[in-house]
Amino acid sequence: MQVIRSPKVYDVVVVGSGAGGGITAKVLTEAGAEVCMLEAGPEWDQGRDGKMLGWPYDSPRRGASTERPFGEFDAAWGGWQLDGEPYTSAPGSQFDWFRARMLGGRTNHWGRISLRWGPDDFRRKSIDGVGDDWPFTYDDIKPYYDKLDEFVGIFGTNHAAETGLHNEPDGKFQPPPLPRAYELYFKQAADRLKVACVPARLSILTKPLNGRAACHYCAQCGRGCTTHSNFQSTTVLLPPAMKTGKLTIVTGAMAREVLSNDEGKATGVSYIDTATGEEKAVQGRIVVLAASACESARLLLNSKSARFPNGLANGSGAVGQNLTDSTGASLSGFIPKMVGMPNYNEDGTGGMHLYMPWWLNNVKDKLPFPRGYHIEPGGGRHMPGFGFMGGIDRHPGGSGGGYGKGLKEEYRRLWGATIGFAGRGEMVANKDTYMDIDPNVVDKWGIPVPRFHWKFGDSERLQARHMMETFKALIEEMGGTVLGKIPGAEQDYGLAAGGRIIHEAGVVRLGDDRKASALNKYCQAHEVKNLFVADAGPFVSQADKNLTWTIMALAWRTSEYIAEQRKALAI
Amino acid sequence: MNRRKVLKVLGAAPAMVGIAWTEAEAQQAHQHAQQAKKSAAAAKAPYKPKYFTPHEMATVTALTNLIIPKDERSGNASEAGVPEFIDYMMIDQPDRQTMMRGGLRWLDSECRKRYGQPFVKSTEAQQTEICDALAYPAKAKPEHSHGVRFFSAVRDLTATGFFTSKIGIADLDYKGNTFVPKWTGAPKEALDHLGVSYEPLGKWYTESM
Repeated sequence: MQVIRSPKVYDVVVVGSGAGGGITAKVLTEAGAEVCMLEAGPEWDQGRDGKMLGWPYDSPRRGASTERPFGEFDAAWGGWQLDGEPYTSAPGSQFDWFRARMLGGRTNHWGRISLRWGPDDFRRKSIDGVGDDWPFTYDDIKPYYDKLDEFVGIFGTNHAAETGLHNEPDGKFQPPPLPRAYELYFKQAADRLKVACVPARLSILTKPLNGRAACHYCAQCGRGCTTHSNFQSTTVLLPPAMKTGKLTIVTGAMAREVLSNDEGKATGVSYIDTATGEEKAVQGRIVVLAASACESARLLLNSKSARFPNGLANGSGAVGQNLTDSTGASLSGFIPKMVGMPNYNEDGTGGMHLYMPWWLNNVKDKLPFPRGYHIEPGGGRHMPGFGFMGGIDRHPGGSGGGYGKGLKEEYRRLWGATIGFAGRGEMVANKDTYMDIDPNVVDKWGIPVPRFHWKFGDSERLQARHMMETFKALIEEMGGTVLGKIPGAEQDYGLAAGGRIIHEAGVVRLGDDRKASALNKYCQAHEVKNLFVADAGPFVSQADKNLTWTIMALAWRTSEYIAEQRKALAI
Repeated sequence: MNRRKVLKVLGAAPAMVGIAWTEAEAQQAHQHAQQAKKSAAAAKAPYKPKYFTPHEMATVTALTNLIIPKDERSGNASEAGVPEFIDYMMIDQPDRQTMMRGGLRWLDSECRKRYGQPFVKSTEAQQTEICDALAYPAKAKPEHSHGVRFFSAVRDLTATGFFTSKIGIADLDYKGNTFVPKWTGAPKEALDHLGVSYEPLGKWYTESM
């Protein structure tokens, strides 16, 4: 098939339109660059495509997850399985790979939990001897977290001084929303158990910012916000980039390969036009991959040439290695005290108003695992949805099943008297967990697909056990009863399979050592000076914190570096 | 390249230059959003089941109305459209079909064995008796296990169907899914019920309080 090559040469070609791609487009167009952004999925507009303020009865399936993993009303066009876009797992491995195919990527539906990493998170090996340190410190990244706080907007509080949690650094926060009643109730229990419980940090506006309205507290951030009150790439990052007149967005462009020349420089990206199936190419002086960690690694591994037989920028063999996801486990409890609570609208923002950051720092000698986890609580009275109070026959506050007027009354009585806790912790990279290219399988576009190799260690299992013990203690401290059975050792203590927490990282690692990393500390390929990565691929480690704020901080720093280097004619 | 199209979409976003919601604006925006969502719900012809036979539909209707009957506060399952919802789900998630069709047949066989009639033709007392036998998994007889499993599945679907309907949401008095101009937290009665207070949170919340 003939490749249709557009004659125009852009300053920058960016693959991906989510958190990393959005920041790259904003910063570089504002610096004067002509940027072409490739997005595999279609356009998405929350006004046209979103389901904010819809009711479950607007749909005959009442929001069931038949077609979307987080339910019909969720703003994710994508999932762990996509038609015609398979991936494989090595024997004995399970890894579930989530992809959103839409403008803005996963920023459209994510949880907006925006946790700034702390000083320890960049130097864990120095602290506990496991994994690796980053080649720079928190202080190098801090200015970019500050810029994000101010430009994107985030609510929260500075609580390091009050709590003594030095690894939860201060930021530039909008005021946090008052907690819901049940949140104060679990805070009481947490206080008694000496578990830190503080205002959450979510990228949702509680005050107007840059022409975006403050939150209207419908709790539906995950459906796409028509008032642009939360962070998503399409409403916060792409509009200022478009305003410069220097951003060209190509949707339906499934990147296939990074093109390079004999001098070892990237020259552009070839992609499949998903509407016609034609292979096309766009040329650029600089290429930035922000396609999501595993998609960017796949692109590099699939970009082979005589000069780069192991894939582009992969002389080190580091591309695909060091794959991690956050650890995750969750448990819910029935809280009798919440039965009969006076009813009010407790929707609030689309997520928790209080949370528990990791509170056991520096007690590694007493814990049987390195690193830690934070806790994301939820509960109370939500808009009813598909699966409403399912399994009531097993509910500890109920009568064991039944039917009729008594059952109807039981549903009313028990509705919302539940609190759940989800732990999100730090996995340490290991040599058995990585991705490569499956030698036998291509997707419907003809692009070879990744093969995942996954192995949790005892560190992760014991972390999950600790989560379960903590959740149970919190539930019982509130006078509650655990719902269901607490998973034991034979079920890895409820530890979610790799990829289920959707925090995959590390497969295009950065570092000072060219033999052990693909990128330098500016996320620039050691071997290809005009090639950069701006998603979670470059991460040297996870943290017990979500990735997005750090993806964007690194992308912002990388983009400034690109702008400076271009000015200096270095690349 | 569809740059122009993207520009248009992004440009169509509401122009809200640095304002917080006033009560009136919030109301207006809410009504606008609700109206936009309504179009589909208009003219209604009598429902024709897509999966169930007429006999099955009659059985599901009778069963779900026994599970969620009318009371002082709200109507029953069929007034909330539960049988139609369950019928829809059989096509939407075909994995449920065998359990449902097989379960309905199991129920009729059991009723014929006991009462000489299928479930819908059984008397009210007989229907109550069979439901009592199936509705409490922990107390049910082992020989009824298939019926118990079926009954639990129908109860779960009935709860979803009823409480996600307009009358079910009104029954629960769910107060959300609406524009809130200013978030003021929980009312005092709710705080008192749990024995909690905003007082000790101190300076973290001074701006909101």
